[in-house]
Amino acid sequence: MKLDFIVNGGPVSLETDPLRRLLDVLREDLGLTGAKEGCGEGECGACSVLLDGRLANSCLVPACAVEGLEVTTIEGLRDTEAYRLLERSFIAAGAVQCGFCTPGLILAAYALLRRRPSPGEEAVREALCGNLCRCTGYGMIVEAVLLASRQGAGVW
Amino acid sequence: MRLRGRPQAGGGEKAPGGEERTAGTGAPLPRPDAADKASGRALFLADLPPLEGPLARTGLPPLEGLLHALTLRSTRPKARMLEVRIPPLPPETWIVDHRDVPGRNRVKMTCDDQPFFAEEVVRYVGEPILLLVGPDRGELRRILEAIEVRYENLDPAFSLEEAEARADSCLVSYQLTRGDPAAAFRRAAAVVEEEYRTGAQEHAYLEPQGFIGLTEGGRITVYGSMQCPYFVKSALVEGLGWAPERVRVVQTVTGGGFGGKEDYPSLLAGQVAFAALKTGRPVRLVLDRGEDIRATTKRHPSRIRFRTALDGRQEILGMEIEILLDGGAYSGLSPVVLQRSMFSATGVYAIPNARVEGKVLATNNLPTGAFRGFGAPQAFFAIESHMHSLALRAGREPLEFKLAHRVKRGEATITGGTFRQEVKLAEMAAAVEEMSGYRRKTREYEEARGRGSGPWRGIGISLFSHGCGFTGSGERDLIKGRVTLRKLRDGRVEILAASADMGQGPQAALRKIAARTLGFGLERVLFDNPDTDRVPDSGPTVASRTAMIVGRLVQQAAKELKASWDTAPELEVSRSYEQPGFVRWDQQAFKGDAYPAFAWGVNAVEVEVDPLTFEPKVRGVWGAYDIGEAIDEKIIQGQIEGGVAQALGWASLEVLEAREGRLLQANLTDYIIPTSMDFPRIQFRLFSNPYEYGPFGAKGAGELPFVGAAPALAAAVSQALGRPVRRLPITPEALMELAADEA
Repeated sequence: MKLDFIVNGGPVSLETDPLRRLLDVLREDLGLTGAKEGCGEGECGACSVLLDGRLANSCLVPACAVEGLEVTTIEGLRDTEAYRLLERSFIAAGAVQCGFCTPGLILAAYALLRRRPSPGEEAVREALCGNLCRCTGYGMIVEAVLLASRQGAGVW
Repeated sequence: MRLRGRPQAGGGEKAPGGEERTAGTGAPLPRPDAADKASGRALFLADLPPLEGPLARTGLPPLEGLLHALTLRSTRPKARMLEVRIPPLPPETWIVDHRDVPGRNRVKMTCDDQPFFAEEVVRYVGEPILLLVGPDRGELRRILEAIEVRYENLDPAFSLEEAEARADSCLVSYQLTRGDPAAAFRRAAAVVEEEYRTGAQEHAYLEPQGFIGLTEGGRITVYGSMQCPYFVKSALVEGLGWAPERVRVVQTVTGGGFGGKEDYPSLLAGQVAFAALKTGRPVRLVLDRGEDIRATTKRHPSRIRFRTALDGRQEILGMEIEILLDGGAYSGLSPVVLQRSMFSATGVYAIPNARVEGKVLATNNLPTGAFRGFGAPQAFFAIESHMHSLALRAGREPLEFKLAHRVKRGEATITGGTFRQEVKLAEMAAAVEEMSGYRRKTREYEEARGRGSGPWRGIGISLFSHGCGFTGSGERDLIKGRVTLRKLRDGRVEILAASADMGQGPQAALRKIAARTLGFGLERVLFDNPDTDRVPDSGPTVASRTAMIVGRLVQQAAKELKASWDTAPELEVSRSYEQPGFVRWDQQAFKGDAYPAFAWGVNAVEVEVDPLTFEPKVRGVWGAYDIGEAIDEKIIQGQIEGGVAQALGWASLEVLEAREGRLLQANLTDYIIPTSMDFPRIQFRLFSNPYEYGPFGAKGAGELPFVGAAPALAAAVSQALGRPVRRLPITPEALMELAADEA
């Protein structure tokens, strides 16, 4: 099918199998490899993207479902002030180890902070629970999100 | 879930230091690799530039004509392959199997018994039989489905008991004796017998394993996610039957390892190399998550039995300890894993008379190999739980009992070596007691048990250690690590070392050691992911050795470079490992210093067990660690918090079981690893205890945090239930059975 949607602010039009995974379209057709395949079944969150601002696992989304939607990947976020603050906070808190989960976690944190700029720790833990990390034990990631929240009034 | 306060990293006293030990040595610096990873710019193996697509990036490696590979795997636990029936293949599609291995079809490891591709007999479900290689993954999937294998089933063994009953199942066995255990048992007033079991564990690094192989001018290059570039290189040399000069191995950004990318990458690298050789094109093999869980190595399941001789006052006279590990279908690294289990068998205790027998048995279960802790976590779960049980039997408070038996500086190790450094267990335990409120809580929970309708509560404490680096003289005799530092014309310095960053931080730590020694800022020191064409063999990135051993070589080379800095615009300095003079080791008799240094720890874990669902909920975790000195306190915090979460996962959530050799949990939906909601953050303190032969006093820190969490959790749950927990993982089902059995 012919698919028209917005990726990181720009229009994309391509011919593809409607059942292809959005993750493959992003990685293979558009070269946007910031979304990673960690499990391919929506458990790990490494392939997280935003669909019209809402967090989604792109490995579970068929291409046909994004017709007309706005897809934001880490590549689309990384030149924003909000991203820079999140990156600084993640690095300061020691939240980046192997880094495979990090782009997805930053998108999850961004989606949370847009919705709720001053979440408590409980809310942060809940918001991140769909993104697995095997290196950190999560404490430093939670700390990073709280740090970004404290410093980010008006950024989201 | 609530945090239990901010961690107190970097606490503890500072020992008097030499010239290099300046204040703030361990102060954290930003990791040089973090920004690229966070922004998605870092290229993992699967991200390497696709050829097509409007936004495709250019750059290395040269991947024109890249082919994909899928693996045909055994569906039988043990069977002879009578026929592999392959449908007609479309053009540009290849089969690569054992007949395409030009050299020896065995993966070089401690024991070279695992084939790259099965030959006549398959020995586990998931064992690779062949690669199907072609340009389109979808097409390959369809062809793979159409391949038929006819098998003749052979007689598999699944449980340790089934394997034990077979004469030919023993992959390796060792014995170790200290003192005179026979005499101790003759004097015994009582003998206590206990058995402990632990389950398999999947590494679940977030990046699945993968490799790209390609041929370039009569050479083979492989790119991949790995811990040990030179292990991979020697496996390729052996599999190809080529001279080492014709083989190149490049580590790509690696998304977690934990030991899982120590051994298995050698097999995958061989497979893509043979495929590249056959097709003349670059070939990429990336495992999907299900394959990665089904086919790669796991933590060894264990059965550990104690016979402990007590005198009339319940004092320990001696122990006989039998360790059985499930080796899966192939030995691989199992002999060394078993050695570490055995050297950890009496924990941190001075047991004057001990006999340890260890065996690894072949089964047709998952292959087992390296996993953070490397056999020690199983042994520490067992000895810590056993000591807890002996304390209760003697009517003594477990922590007090354990401290009374702890080893001290100058005393002998189980192998007759010497603990040369100060052992700070008593101070560390006091700190953990204070942080956790252990003393008060253990009394309260003991008294409250069985009363009221609320959750059952318990708190447990563990004492543990981890020998740093390779066993005995392994660093000198087997590894012979080497590091080069190069002064560049622009005044920067490049570290040339084979150490791989898989998230644990050597990109930052080794740079920091060099920068501090040279008196530079971090930005003047370069350190790329290793490429065997450029870097010497500094040894594998395993065994908590990178900071202590490789870091020391970096420090020594940096000192030398600094001294000769002005002699030339470009300079190169190399240093090779020299064993500290005190190390004495007999690898045949297992006598002497099994490890040059030990890192130490104390953990407390508090739990609530729901009386209806039996779900154990961790409510608090505390720790004290002696890792010498921290090179970077943030990195250490990451190792501690991550290691503890992974260990609590192993001890409670992570069930990995097979029925007839077929895994019941072959994805991350069924195999549960901790999420952000499962465990509270550990509160911990570091105790300074600088090691003379480590850079800036550093010892190993990567594995230690894994070792102590499980026994502390088990002790806590035992207190909550009023029944000993002798099996991991501690699931609600297991606790329900335990309560029913003994009710």
